Amino acid sequence: MSRILVKATITAISGLGIMLLGGCEPGHKQTSQNGYRGAGLNQIVDARHVVPAAVIPPEAYALPPDGGPLAGQSYQNLKVLGGISKDRFDHLMANINQWVAPPAAGCTYCHNPANMASDEKYTKVVARQMLLMTQTINSQWSPHVKQTGVTCYTCHRGNAVPVNKWANAVGAPNPDSITGNRYGQNAPNADVGYASLPSNGFAEYLNGAKNIRLAADTALPSKDHVVSVKDAEKTYGLMVHLSTALGVNCTYCHNTQSFRAWNLSRPQRATAWYGIRMVRDINQHHIGILQSVFPDYRKGPLGDPYKVNCTTCHQGQAKPLGGVSMIAQAPALKGPTPAAPTVVAVPAAPSAPLALNDAPALLARK
Amino acid sequence: MARYQNLFTQVQLRGPLEAGPPLRDSTFQRSGKGFYNYWLGKLGAAQVGPVYLGTLGMASLLCAFLAFEIIGLNMAASVNWNPVQFVRQLPWLALEPPGPEWGFTPFVPLAKGGWWIIAGFFMTSSLLLWWLRTYRRARALGMGTHVAWAFAAGIFLIITLGFIRPMLMGSWAEAVPFGIFPHLDWTAAFSIRYGNLFYNPFHCLSIVFLYGSTLLFAMHGATILAVGRYGGEREIEQITDRGTASERAALFWRWTMGFNATMESIHRWAWWFAVLTPLTGGIGILLTGTVVDNWYLWAVTHHYAPGYPGTGVIDPATLPGAPK
Repeated sequence: MSRILVKATITAISGLGIMLLGGCEPGHKQTSQNGYRGAGLNQIVDARHVVPAAVIPPEAYALPPDGGPLAGQSYQNLKVLGGISKDRFDHLMANINQWVAPPAAGCTYCHNPANMASDEKYTKVVARQMLLMTQTINSQWSPHVKQTGVTCYTCHRGNAVPVNKWANAVGAPNPDSITGNRYGQNAPNADVGYASLPSNGFAEYLNGAKNIRLAADTALPSKDHVVSVKDAEKTYGLMVHLSTALGVNCTYCHNTQSFRAWNLSRPQRATAWYGIRMVRDINQHHIGILQSVFPDYRKGPLGDPYKVNCTTCHQGQAKPLGGVSMIAQAPALKGPTPAAPTVVAVPAAPSAPLALNDAPALLARK
Repeated sequence: MARYQNLFTQVQLRGPLEAGPPLRDSTFQRSGKGFYNYWLGKLGAAQVGPVYLGTLGMASLLCAFLAFEIIGLNMAASVNWNPVQFVRQLPWLALEPPGPEWGFTPFVPLAKGGWWIIAGFFMTSSLLLWWLRTYRRARALGMGTHVAWAFAAGIFLIITLGFIRPMLMGSWAEAVPFGIFPHLDWTAAFSIRYGNLFYNPFHCLSIVFLYGSTLLFAMHGATILAVGRYGGEREIEQITDRGTASERAALFWRWTMGFNATMESIHRWAWWFAVLTPLTGGIGILLTGTVVDNWYLWAVTHHYAPGYPGTGVIDPATLPGAPK
C-alpha cells in the first residue's frame, strides 16, 4: 500500500518537474554583446525562430531612364506624381500592381478601366495619400528610415491591406460598470507579449502625442514631473510591442542600469524615438484624414481606419525586409528634398565622457 | 526495525489527545477535541486541533472572506461572469486601484477603483485583527510576543505599499493591484518609473536580509539536524544546559568559519533578519517618489552607481527642430 503511494508520489513530483520545464525554450541560442562589458547589453536570439528573410519581388520591368514627357502632361488628374516622367510613372504603377493590388483586380483595384483619371474608387484616393505619405517618410523621416527608405512593399508585402495594423479596441459595454470591463489591460494580449500590461497604449502614444518620459531627469521629486505608475504600465506595454515588432530584447536600445539615461543607451534608441514620432505622423496626417474615405468594412469596430504600429513595417525584424532597400526601384517615392537638412543624432565615439554620471553637473542642475 | 527519530518522525505516537491548558478570560471555548492525521504527522505534529478561533479570529476571517470575495467577484465580472474564462484567465485578472485622476479621495465610484479601496480596507482589517489575535494568544499562554512583532513587520510593508505611500503621494494610483500577473507587472513598472529600484539602498538592505534569512535558516536547520543524534533538537534545554550536541555544533562552525552563534543567539539572528526584510523594504518603498524620484540619478549623485563609458547618444528631444 505505502509502496504504491511512494511510487505515485515520485511520479507526481517528476511529472510536475517536467511540466515546469515546459516553460523553457529548447534549441540553440545566439548571443551577442552589444555594449560595454558587464552592462548586460546583450541580444539573445532563438536561432530556430528567427523571422525568415522576406521575398523581394522581382521588378515588373527595368527602371526606364528619366526624361521624356512628364506624367502630368500625359495623364489627367495627377496631384502627387505629375512632375515625374511618364515612363517612370508607368513603371511605378506597374510596381504598385505587384506590391499592393490583388492579382485578380490589378489596375482595376484602384482605377475605373473606362476612365483611369476618375477618383470614383476610394482605393485610388487612399493610394494617392499613401504616395504622399511614402514621400514624406523618405524625405522627412530619414532619422528613422535612413537611406534605406520605404516603398509600398515595406508594409503591404503584396497585400491590398497590410497584415499588421490596429484600430481602437472596443472597451467595456458600460464603462461605469465592472461587468465585462478589462480597463484596457489584464487580459492575455499578444500586443503586450501576453503580460497583463495595458494594451491601449497605441491610441495614446502612436496616435496621440502623449510623451513617454517615466523616470525623472532629477534625482529628487519635482512638481514638474508627476507621472503615475499606471503610465509606466502603459508605456511598458508599448515597449513590449516595440520589442516584439523588432524581434529584439530591451537591451537592443536600453542599458537597464537606467532606462532613462540617453548617454548609456545605444544609438538604436534614438532611431526608435524618431520612429514613434513617424508613426504618429502617419496615423494622424495620412491615415486619420482618410476617415471619411474608407468604407466601413475597412475600418475598426469603432469606425476609425486601421492604423500602423511598429509591426506594420518591421514584422519581427530589427530592420524591415532585413534591411534590403527597394527605393532604387521607385525613385519617385523619395519625395522632394527637404528645404532644411533634417537633424540626425550622430553618436560620438564610445567611451565619451559620462554626462549623466557626472555628479557635480547633476547637483548644479537642481 | 522502527526507530523513534526527531523532526522527520517515522513512528507516530498515539495516545490521549492533548487538550491544552484551561482557557482564561475567553468568550469562546476551543472547538472540537482534535484528531490525529497520519500525513500531517509526516510533516509536523500528527494532532490537529482543538482550535481556538475566538472573537478576533472570527472577525478576522470574516474580513478576509469579504476581501477575497470582493476581489474574486470583480475578477469574475471582468470576464462577464464566465466560469471557464475565469479559470483560464485567472493569472491575468485583477482588481485595480483608482486612477491618478482620483487623487487620494476615499470616495471613488465602485467601478473606478472604489471596490479596490473596500477590498484593501477589509484585507487590512483582517490582518490587523489576526495580528491582535497572535498577540493575545501569546500572552494567554504566558509566551513572549515575538511572533506578533515579526508578523507586524510584514503587515507594515503591506500597508506601506497599499496605503501609507499612496497617502504620502496623494494618489491611490500608486498602490498595487490585486492580481497574480498584475501585481508582478506593477513591480516592474514601479522600478522603471522610479529610475531602477536596485539603486535604492533600502531595497539593497531588504535583499540582504531576505537572502540572509534563507542562508541562516539553511545553516541552522542543517546544524540542528546534524546534531539530532545527540539530542540537539531539544534546543531550549541546550540553551540552559549545554550538552554535547551544542558543543559539537559550536565546534563545527568554529572549525569551518572561525565563529559560532550560540543556541540562543542563532534564533535572535534569524528573527532580526526575517523582521528586517520587510522593515527595510518598507522604508525603501516609503522613500520612493516621496523623497527620491530617480534612484539611479540619486546613486550617481552619491557616487555609488558604477560609471560605464557613455555611448554618446543624445536625447533627440533636446536637438533643435526635434519633432514633438
